Order: sequence, then structure tokens, then C-alpha cells
Amino acid sequence: MAAPNGIGIPDFTNAIKNGISGIRFYQELKDLNFSCCIGGIPQVTEEQKLQYFTPLQLKNFNSPGILYGCMAGMDAWKDAGLTIDENSGTDWESGTVFGTGSSSVEKLRESFYKIDAGNVKKLGSTAVVQTMVSGVSAYLSGILGLGNLVTSNSSACCTGTEAILMGFERIQSGKAKRMLVGGCSDHGPYIWGGFDAMKVMSYKHNDDPEIASRPMSATASGFVPGSGAGALLLEALESALARDAKIYAEVSGAAINAGGQRGSGSMTAPNNEAVQRCIKDAIENAGIHPNDIDLINGHLTATIKDADEVNNWSVALNRQGNDFPYIHSLKAMTGHCLGAAGAIESVAAILCLDNDFIFPSINCEDIHPDISAIIGTEKIPQQVLENNKLQVVAKASFGFGDVNSCIIFKKYDR
Amino acid sequence: MTKEELIDKLKGIVKPYVKNEEGFNNLDENTDFLNDLKINSANLVDVILDIENEFDIIIDNESMEKMLHVKAAMEIINAKLSEK
Repeated sequence: MAAPNGIGIPDFTNAIKNGISGIRFYQELKDLNFSCCIGGIPQVTEEQKLQYFTPLQLKNFNSPGILYGCMAGMDAWKDAGLTIDENSGTDWESGTVFGTGSSSVEKLRESFYKIDAGNVKKLGSTAVVQTMVSGVSAYLSGILGLGNLVTSNSSACCTGTEAILMGFERIQSGKAKRMLVGGCSDHGPYIWGGFDAMKVMSYKHNDDPEIASRPMSATASGFVPGSGAGALLLEALESALARDAKIYAEVSGAAINAGGQRGSGSMTAPNNEAVQRCIKDAIENAGIHPNDIDLINGHLTATIKDADEVNNWSVALNRQGNDFPYIHSLKAMTGHCLGAAGAIESVAAILCLDNDFIFPSINCEDIHPDISAIIGTEKIPQQVLENNKLQVVAKASFGFGDVNSCIIFKKYDR
Repeated sequence: MTKEELIDKLKGIVKPYVKNEEGFNNLDENTDFLNDLKINSANLVDVILDIENEFDIIIDNESMEKMLHVKAAMEIINAKLSEK
């Protein structure tokens, strides 16, 4: 885990339990005339980088998304009780689907300047591997010796969740034993600029970054951009049991679809019918009843679409008022981590499941009336709920291009 | 610059890329970058870029192709320096 509010599982768990925000002010954005001058960036020290990368790997390295992806991926691998050994053989049973929303934009920019100045030679040997979309999975494959499917998926803000689904299906089909899945995202003006131009980012809280990301709030004013990476190690049950690995949760079912940009759907807005179908399909795939869901880890970005999302959950589950499950949004603390969002938020969902707590959905003390008209306000925890037994958590992500994905995580009891 | 000084400078440049420490410790004129130092062949272009920066010279494609061992590198560096 490399999130704006915590690096590694212990730090991140502590942050989300205590409602600690990772949103900070960045002068660079202000100097470039951004409306939104805040964002979520994982705080990685040079010393920490050297725990994951060699000095040679870091030479001319300018791809934070790949760095975060490798940090999260390597940590997940080790946490699963697997070893990292550059002299090991190829592990034919293990692969990775590790996504990203875009290529390493900082490295591209650096390269473009050199090319335009007639200095193409000065790109050196790593410009390609850092800017190819599959860079993060290629780095991870080399570090871990992965010999199964090695690829990077991309589906905007669905990317991280989609990667989990793809790895899950790969294992289900019997083609792999273990799949390292996740998503990562770069940060900074070149990746966030387009969103700033669309006026979908919050610009009202530049002086008070920690309260800026306000999912489900009446005063939500757009999302706060984030970055980082989250990773999960999925493994066939028999294989995990045989290794006596720590099992955080079971991927019980998953679904993915698109709205085709028809109906209420467009390039940037979801087709509500498609969202509801996706949620229902995931539930059916998991073989559970909608009433089994204890907690929803929403997409909930802090735009005007939050109420639509809550309504879609309510219709899909046929649950309203105080019969609705608990629901919260991690983005209130991390911002919207784009291609990494689904992966970071899925890790958060699994930590809740494993430790029986529900992290607070901060910054929505003033719940939007369109939301409180659908569900009981007590279903949106403002404070952490500890010792809250959880069996099933649903996680969904929705992305530009009108794409949807939903995963059902279940507690695994031996 | 003496031969020893030049070899010392080259040692500093190739150090981050070296995968075979023994070869590095015994580095001399006859050392081959790929076979003796086990430098990844893709990294050879980075070594050459670093040489260009260090000596403020430009190494053309033909010279680059020849720079597979220390002796060739020294000859090319000296030739380029004398052209300056």
C-alpha cells in the first residue's frame, strides 16, 4: 500500500481508523494557475525508495506511479509469505495484472523536451520501459520472477477494481495459482491538469486541504486528486491453505460492465441502469443475498454524482433507510487516486473486513439531503466503528468511458 | 590525463551498472563491459551518456558501437578530447 495517508499496511490502517487525511497544499499547482491547488501524494522518503529499488533502477527514474506500484506489489507479495529473490527461478504459477490510468507522464514530458531539442540520444535506456503502459507490471515481473500472465489493464477510475476481477477470473479458470493485482497512478500537474480544466475538482478549500474532499456532503464541491498504489495477492484457496498463508478475505464474486454511453450515461457520467446491473451481477456471481452486505465501500468522489450512486446502490440492493448497509468513502482521506483508486480502496475494504472496523467517512457531517432522503444518516459513520462484525463488504468503482466494476469481499473463516 | 586517471574516472562511471564485483575490482585496459563486468547490454547507452557528460564530449554512433571494452573507450575518449 502506498496511499497519500499511509505507506504500508500498519500506517495505512492507523490512518483510516483515525480519519487522517493525506490531502496537502502544493505550491507548484498554484504557480501553474490551477483552480485546485491541493492533492493526495504518498509521502515516500529517498531512504524508503532504496528499500524497494536499487540505485541503478533509480538512475534517471521519473515514474512515481511505477514506484508506488512496485512498493505496494512487493509489500503484498511479502505479506503473503512469499519471498523476493533475484536469483530464484521463474515462477510459472504466478502472474500480475497491475493497471494504470495513463503512462508515466513526467517521464514522457522529460523525454519530449529532449526529443524536441534534438537530443533523442539522451533518453538513455529506460525511457521506453518507464513510459510503456505495462511498465509497472514489467518492473514487478522482473523483481518477483513472475512467469504467468503479466499485463497492465486500463479503464480509467475502474482500473484497480478491474485488475482484481481479471486476476480473480484467471485463477478461477485454473490458469494461475497466484495473481498479484492492483493499480497505480502518477501525480502532479500533467496528470491532474485535464481534470482541473473540466472544473470537476474542488477549488474551495485550497487553504484547508484536509476538509476539501467531501464525499456525500451537501457542501461537496468536486473531487480532490490523489495518487499512489494498492496491491493484493490473490491465490487459489488450496494453494494458500497449503502454504498456511495469512488469508485477509475471500473474493466472493465480481462483475464488470459498461453503460455504452447511452441513457443517463456519457463519456463522463454513468448510465445508472448499467451501474445497478453491475452491482446485481456481482451479488449473483458471489451467490449471496443483497441483505448479506454489511458495508459498502463506495466510489463516491465528492461530486454531484454521489447521490446518484447512493440511489443506484439502494435500487440494486432494494434496501433503503436504516435497512441500508453502512456506506463510506475512502476518498475523503486520500482524494481520488484515479487508476489506483479501486485498488487502494479495496485494500481498505479488506482491512475493515479482517479487523472488524468501519473507518469514518470524514467531511460529511452535513450529509447531502438527496442522500439522507434515501438512506438513514447513521449508515454513514462519522466516527470509526470498532468491533463491528463484518462478513461481506461490497466495493465498486466507476470510470470515464461509462465503465463499472464491482467486487464482493467475504470474510474467510477456516 | 594519465592512463591511470582515465581508468579511475571510467571506474566511477561504470560502477552503478556493474553486476560482477570481481570483474570490477580487477578492472584494467582489457576489461570487457559485457563479459567481465556483466553490465546489461541495454545499459551500455547509459554508460556512454555518462561518459559524454563527464568529459563533455560527443560520441558518435560509429564510436559507440566500438565501445565494448575499456581499451576502446579510452582510445575514443582520448581521440574526442584531442579534437576539442
